[in-house]
Amino acid sequence: MLDPGSAVKKTKIDKSTSSVPAKAIVGGILAGFVFGFLLQKGGVGTYHILIGQLLFQDWTVVKIMLTAIVVGMIGIFTLHHFAKVNLHTKPTKLGPNIIGGLLFGVGFALIGYCPGTAAAALGQGSWDALFGMAGLVVGSWLYAEMSDPLKRTVEKWGNFGKLTFYDLLPVPKGVVVVSAAGLLTGFLVVLQAFSVR
Amino acid sequence: MSTLILRLFALSIAASAAYSQAALAIEPALDSRNYPGAAWSPYLVGAGIGVLSWLTFYFYDKPIGASSFYATVAGMIGKAVAPKHTNELDYFKDNPPKLNWEFVFVLAAVAGAAVAAWSGGEVFNEWVPEMWRARFGDSLALRGAFAFGGGVLMAFGARLAGGCTSGHGISGTLQLNVASWIAVICFFVGGAIVANLMFRI
Repeated sequence: MLDPGSAVKKTKIDKSTSSVPAKAIVGGILAGFVFGFLLQKGGVGTYHILIGQLLFQDWTVVKIMLTAIVVGMIGIFTLHHFAKVNLHTKPTKLGPNIIGGLLFGVGFALIGYCPGTAAAALGQGSWDALFGMAGLVVGSWLYAEMSDPLKRTVEKWGNFGKLTFYDLLPVPKGVVVVSAAGLLTGFLVVLQAFSVR
Repeated sequence: MSTLILRLFALSIAASAAYSQAALAIEPALDSRNYPGAAWSPYLVGAGIGVLSWLTFYFYDKPIGASSFYATVAGMIGKAVAPKHTNELDYFKDNPPKLNWEFVFVLAAVAGAAVAAWSGGEVFNEWVPEMWRARFGDSLALRGAFAFGGGVLMAFGARLAGGCTSGHGISGTLQLNVASWIAVICFFVGGAIVANLMFRI
């Protein structure tokens, strides 16, 4: 199904759509609408379902995320194999990934929504999400305000550049993708067997 | 090898399931499973989001992500209030705040969720969530303060980590980015510690 690591497509595909703002804006609206619709139907705009995940009572969030990852992974790497999509690899920087990740987590428990699910919460009439969204704007501003000193300090800690698991593992990329999808599916099967919700 | 890993997974899930079963006995009002569940199966919703990500990659060359929306809003407000200062900030030099794909994506998500809630008869129309009320009372000031403070920390963390539960948690992890798997694990570790302190102590 997938090519060995040596044949990784490096070419940047020219997507005419990305250079046409109006078309991209319409696309963003369509995709966002579907995303919000799915989040609400999945229950992840709901405070007790999100907080229930953090309390290990309700596994809805993890089930949705892992299913999206498995389905998305298979499709994206297949499309990439046929040079139909670009990958968007984010740089691995241990310092900011871990410190930022933990700060995010603390905020996650306090607000009970995340940046995307807060939008779903607002849409379904959970008005407390408005306070959270105001906080998200303020927090983003604080980061921007500090972005220069942060760039020179924390963001330099443990920088490995753009790094993926198929770069790290000494096996072909296709094998890594199929194994990861299999492993995560196995995890979901076990999770389904043991979780009440 | 892989069967061993699967067994370890099974064991860890069984342990946490047993842990949450034990917790159920403590107080029903603080168990999220005593409140209504989702309208649709998590597998259907997850698969839908997975397919949606194929489409956004293919048609728009965009991974799904939500947190940069808030930075764009912050930058837009900044530009209106203090344009010179805002333009000098490093982050906004790299990410100019303007109407873009990510901006309309989150706004449209609010509309999509509204249609979903309305079509399923799940319009909440409430200021303080039920489970919060069971633990912390019905003060909107308290709930608002926690949600606001949580939002500040969350956005700061997302910008530092390079993404949120969507950008790292779904789009980055599905591309097998090491950064995204580290970040998403930290999201849940930090979240689980604080949520358990809030609801179980």
